[in-house]
Amino acid sequence: MSILINGSTRLLVQGITGHEGLFHAQQMLAYGTNIVAGVTPGKGGEWVMDGKVPVFDSVRTGVEVTGANTSIIFVPARFAADAILEAVDAGIELIVCITEGIPIKEMLLVKHVIQDQNVCLIGPNSPGLISPDHVKVGIIPGSITKKGNVGVISRSGTLTYEVVYALKQAGIGTSTCIGLGGDPIVGTTFNEILSHFEGDSQTDLVVMIGEIGGREEENAATFIASNMTKPVIGFIAGQAAPPNKRMGHAGAIIEGSVGTAEVKISALKNAGVQVAKYPEEIPDLVKSL
Amino acid sequence: MRLHEYQSKEVFSNYQIPIPRGRLASTPEEAKLIAEELNTPVVLKAQVLVGGRGKAGGIRLVKSPDEAEEEASKVLGNRIMDIPVRRLLVEEAVNIQQEIYVGLTVDRERGETLLIASSEGGIDIEEVARVSPEKIVRIGVNPLLGLRDFQARNMATEIEIPRPLWRSFIAICQNLYQAYLDLDATLTEINPLVITTDNHLIALDGKVIIDDNALFRHPDLVDKRDISAEAPEEIEARKFGLAYIKLTGNIGCLVNGAGLAMATMDIIQHKGGQPANFLDIGGGASSEKVAAALRIILADPQVETVLINIFGGITRCDEVATGIKHTLQTIETDIPFIIRLVGTNEMEGRQILADAALETAETLQEAAEKAVNLSPEPVS
Repeated sequence: MSILINGSTRLLVQGITGHEGLFHAQQMLAYGTNIVAGVTPGKGGEWVMDGKVPVFDSVRTGVEVTGANTSIIFVPARFAADAILEAVDAGIELIVCITEGIPIKEMLLVKHVIQDQNVCLIGPNSPGLISPDHVKVGIIPGSITKKGNVGVISRSGTLTYEVVYALKQAGIGTSTCIGLGGDPIVGTTFNEILSHFEGDSQTDLVVMIGEIGGREEENAATFIASNMTKPVIGFIAGQAAPPNKRMGHAGAIIEGSVGTAEVKISALKNAGVQVAKYPEEIPDLVKSL
Repeated sequence: MRLHEYQSKEVFSNYQIPIPRGRLASTPEEAKLIAEELNTPVVLKAQVLVGGRGKAGGIRLVKSPDEAEEEASKVLGNRIMDIPVRRLLVEEAVNIQQEIYVGLTVDRERGETLLIASSEGGIDIEEVARVSPEKIVRIGVNPLLGLRDFQARNMATEIEIPRPLWRSFIAICQNLYQAYLDLDATLTEINPLVITTDNHLIALDGKVIIDDNALFRHPDLVDKRDISAEAPEEIEARKFGLAYIKLTGNIGCLVNGAGLAMATMDIIQHKGGQPANFLDIGGGASSEKVAAALRIILADPQVETVLINIFGGITRCDEVATGIKHTLQTIETDIPFIIRLVGTNEMEGRQILADAALETAETLQEAAEKAVNLSPEPVS
């Protein structure tokens, strides 16, 4: 089994008539994803993709008519927070937001609203999820992945591609690959996904790709130490980066010395995680286990 | 986008937060004139966007207009931590009884806004946070309720603001929060907020950072952006929507995606080289954007090799290749290129560059090794 997306995923695409939305909807459909609906306000009643997918004016109607349970968002940044809230309001259980550049205040509101709801938000600024040879909800190119037993979680986009591609070149496949999104405020962090992988029968080990800034990796290290029986291999991007551009004193006061590559790497190592020095070392570490 | 001290104070003043009387001066004569108008001892403050300005000689207390002119002539036109000083804020000197810190910012871990304050504000606030974190008080703000008066009052008691000043402290917190909301700031900070010897609160220095993703809602602020203190290549990069940070090495890097760009720098360093820059062309970059990125890299005299690492997803390798080709047709350069194109339209991209006789690489590791081998040892 994969995590979060599977055979019962019924996908609704928000922003399906836009350039990006339509292109990636076609890619996902071709990959085998069950796209049941699209939403573009003002274009309800139309059909797209050779008449295969109906377009609705609202997420609520789309869900009522088609039973969609997952949504992917391609709408422009200034409307994207509203699109997330609309999906939450319509009872969507898994929301994947590809859009980048959403104002941070809007995301604080979204984060506040979803914390008490039964919903999983991936992103924003996420490349989405893929379970190779099965389902894809996002923009990760299918051709660079291969089905297998390694779960991949990452805060980056193209660096994730680099890693799953390097795994594939080494003959190693992926159960599910998830990009959490590169923005400062995202819906889901490493811990929730690690916990899903721990309980997934298809996943035997997990690769987690972090980067400097924030303290998600430090928190993940704590989680791994006490909750993960499956081995975890890590990589932290930004070891050669100059000291982080800080947000005035307040940023330094909140974060202190956390957030640097050194602190993250040592936290992960202390939690028993093998940390790769560069992305292409990850397949070697996977093979050594 | 970070505002200058004088711009932050304009914001404070618009939101009824008390600030010292004063104005901007760009010549020593103006500084003298302002000092005469204020008719008190004044402080000259260099308007540069760097931390540690005071310790670097950018803040001077003077007693007379003549002294103001003399000191201003020493600071103006000089450099503070390598940034040229073009303007001074000339302000009345304030008699300080106590320095407080108060700020609002986004706590990304908790996903909420925090009101932060300390009874020990001033230039050593980061040291206070490190050595005695219990002296920094944080209160989370519910985005639906906003900052409530009781929270600001609790803060006043926590950091032991004298009771007669509670009312004005609460008003300052509320006004600062309103500015934070209205301006889409990720930080509004007063440091220090001073209790004067005659028992008033006044914002002596401050910092405001606006969320770049929300700048579209604030065209007036964009116009106020001060580019005089920015490196020309960073201005150029922003114009094309490129994320560029100049570093000290000699291997120029052009990459799509911030994480991959950092990982590319990491592997260069791991192989014994030094990156000359961080440069992320973002997702779905056009050939024009790629060409602009290459121009910026090639304009850096320290660059001795260029490494291009593209993992195509939304970004198409043929667009990148076209941008590289056009640049090489317009700029003559002997600098060696190592190019790695993988992903969307990889074959088309390679085709476009086939006759350019550029060094290519299959893997990131190979690309980094080739770049390092082609780069002379950087002089340290």
